[in-house]
Amino acid sequence: MTTAITRDDVLHLAQLSSLQLSEEEITSLEQDLGNILGYVEQLSELDTTGVEPTYQVTDLENVMREDVVQTAAVDREALLALAPDQEKQQIKVPKVL
Amino acid sequence: MTTTISEYRGMSAVENVTKALAAAKAADEYHAMLSLSETRALERATKVDNGEITGRLAGVPFVAKDNFLTFGGTTTAASKFLEHFEAPLQATAIEKLEAEGAICIGKTNLDAFAHGGSTENSAFGVTHNSADETRVAGGSSGGSAVATALGFVPFAIGTDTGGSIRQPASFNGVIGVKPTYGTVSRFGVVAMASSTDTIGCFATTAEDAELVMDIMAGRDTNDMTTLPDFFAPVEVKANQKIGIIKEFMTEDVDMDVRARVTAYIDNLKAAGHTVEEVSLPILQYALAMYYIIVPAEISSNLARYDGIRYGARAASNDLTETYGMSRDQGFMAENKRRIMIGSYVLSSGYFDAYYLQAQKARTLLINAFNELFASYDVLIGPVSPTPAFKIGENTADPVKMYLADVMTVPASLAGLPAISVPAGVTSDNLPVGVQLIGQRRSDAQLLALAKSLEEQA
Repeated sequence: MTTAITRDDVLHLAQLSSLQLSEEEITSLEQDLGNILGYVEQLSELDTTGVEPTYQVTDLENVMREDVVQTAAVDREALLALAPDQEKQQIKVPKVL
Repeated sequence: MTTTISEYRGMSAVENVTKALAAAKAADEYHAMLSLSETRALERATKVDNGEITGRLAGVPFVAKDNFLTFGGTTTAASKFLEHFEAPLQATAIEKLEAEGAICIGKTNLDAFAHGGSTENSAFGVTHNSADETRVAGGSSGGSAVATALGFVPFAIGTDTGGSIRQPASFNGVIGVKPTYGTVSRFGVVAMASSTDTIGCFATTAEDAELVMDIMAGRDTNDMTTLPDFFAPVEVKANQKIGIIKEFMTEDVDMDVRARVTAYIDNLKAAGHTVEEVSLPILQYALAMYYIIVPAEISSNLARYDGIRYGARAASNDLTETYGMSRDQGFMAENKRRIMIGSYVLSSGYFDAYYLQAQKARTLLINAFNELFASYDVLIGPVSPTPAFKIGENTADPVKMYLADVMTVPASLAGLPAISVPAGVTSDNLPVGVQLIGQRRSDAQLLALAKSLEEQA
C-alpha cells in the first residue's frame, strides 16, 4: 500500500523539519515517505474507541526534587568552546534580520 | 575468540588494555570501532595497577556505542553532525562503570543517531558481521555486538530503542540485554525516542551481563524517568510457565531460525519448565505503532541539531539557510526520512489519525501483554525473522528494512525487559538468537533463566 505523497508535501515537510534538501533527495523521499506512510496506515483498522493513549511506560508520576539550584555538570567556558563560532563569550550566529 | 570478565580479573590492567587495543586494531577490516581512546585507557589502567582505582570491574576493558558521551575522544553518533564533537561530560552509565574500575578503550560504530537495523547507515562506513563478512552486523548497535563477538573485550554497552541491542546480539551470537524501560539512566546518551530509549549491554555469559546491568542500574536525578534500583541477581525460579508467541513462529520465519528456537524450547522443557503456545494477535500492528511513535519523538529530539551551539555548521550568511543546510549535510538519508515522517504524523490534521491512534493502540498492546503475564512468567520467540542478511540487501527499501524489527519493537513499546540469548547457528553457520521477554522489572529473572540453561549445556 502506498500513500500519495506529492512533491509539494515533501517540500512542506522539509520546511517543517528545517531541512534544505537537494533535488535528488526530494524525488526519492516522495516515494519513500509514501511507502512508509502506506505501511503504518494499517493501524486505522484497529478499533481504539474509548481507549486512553499511553505516552510513557515508567509507572512513575510527578517525580519531584528539592527546589534548589544544582551545580551544573559543565561550566560556561566548556559549553562555549563547543560552538562553531563565538565572540566575546557569546555564540555567534549569521544575521537574523 | 570470545572472552569473559573473570579472565581479566587479577591481571595487570595495562596488559588487559594493551591486549584489547591490539585485538581491535588487528580486526580493523570488520570496522566495529569508530575510535580508540588509547591515552585515557592506558592512564586509567596504570591507576588500577597502582591501586588508585578499585572495584568489581577493576582493569576490565569494555567498549561503548558511539552515542554515549565519553571523555578521551570524540562522540559522533556515527554522524557528520558530530564528527568532531568532544563531550564536555560523561554519560551516567559510563561514570558508573568507571567507578567500578572498568576501562573504556574505544567507541563502536552504529547507524547514525541509532536509526537503523544494520549499521549500514553510519556516516563512517559499514560494520561487518563477525561470522560472515559479507553480511550485516545488525543494528543499530552493530559495532558493540561485533567487538564482543570477536573478543576485543568481554562486554560492550549499547542502546536499544526498538531492538538495537537484541538484533545485533542475535546476528553475532552474543547475549544482548534490553532492560525494563527506566532501569539505566539515559543521561549523557544521544536521545532518539525518549519513551522507548533504553541502555543495556552485550556479553558472552549471562553472569557477566548480570554484573554489568547490576552496576549500571539505578535512579539518577539527571534522568527523571529512572526507576529506583530494583536490579539484583536472583536464583532461577523453578517450574516456570513459558509462552511461545505463535505469531513469531509462522512459516514466514526462516526455517533454521525456527529450528534453533525450538531446540532452545526443548532445553527449557528438559529443565522442568512448562512451555505452551500463546497468541497475541495485536502484535501484527506493533511495527506500525512503532514507526509512527518513534519518528514523532525523533523529529522532536533531533530538532536540537541546528549547527548553532555545537556540531557542524554549514557556511551561509543567512540563519534559516544555516539551519537547513547544516541539517541536510549533518543527517543521513534515514535520519531525514524519520524526521519528516515525524513531522507528518504530528501535523495538525494528521495528529489524531496517526500519532494519537498509535498511542491508543500502544495501550491495547500493553494490556495484551499484561493479560498474558497474569498466567505466564516468560514469553519466548526469535529475535529476528532471519539470520544476518547480506550487506546492501535491504538498503534500497526502507519498509523492508523496518520489517526486520517486527519481533523486537513490541517489548520496546511496552517498556518490557527482553534479552537475546545465543541459540546456535543455521546450516550456513550464521548465529541465531532466542528472545526472552518478561514482565516489567523481571530483568534479573530473565538472566537467571538464561544462565541456568548455559549451565545445563
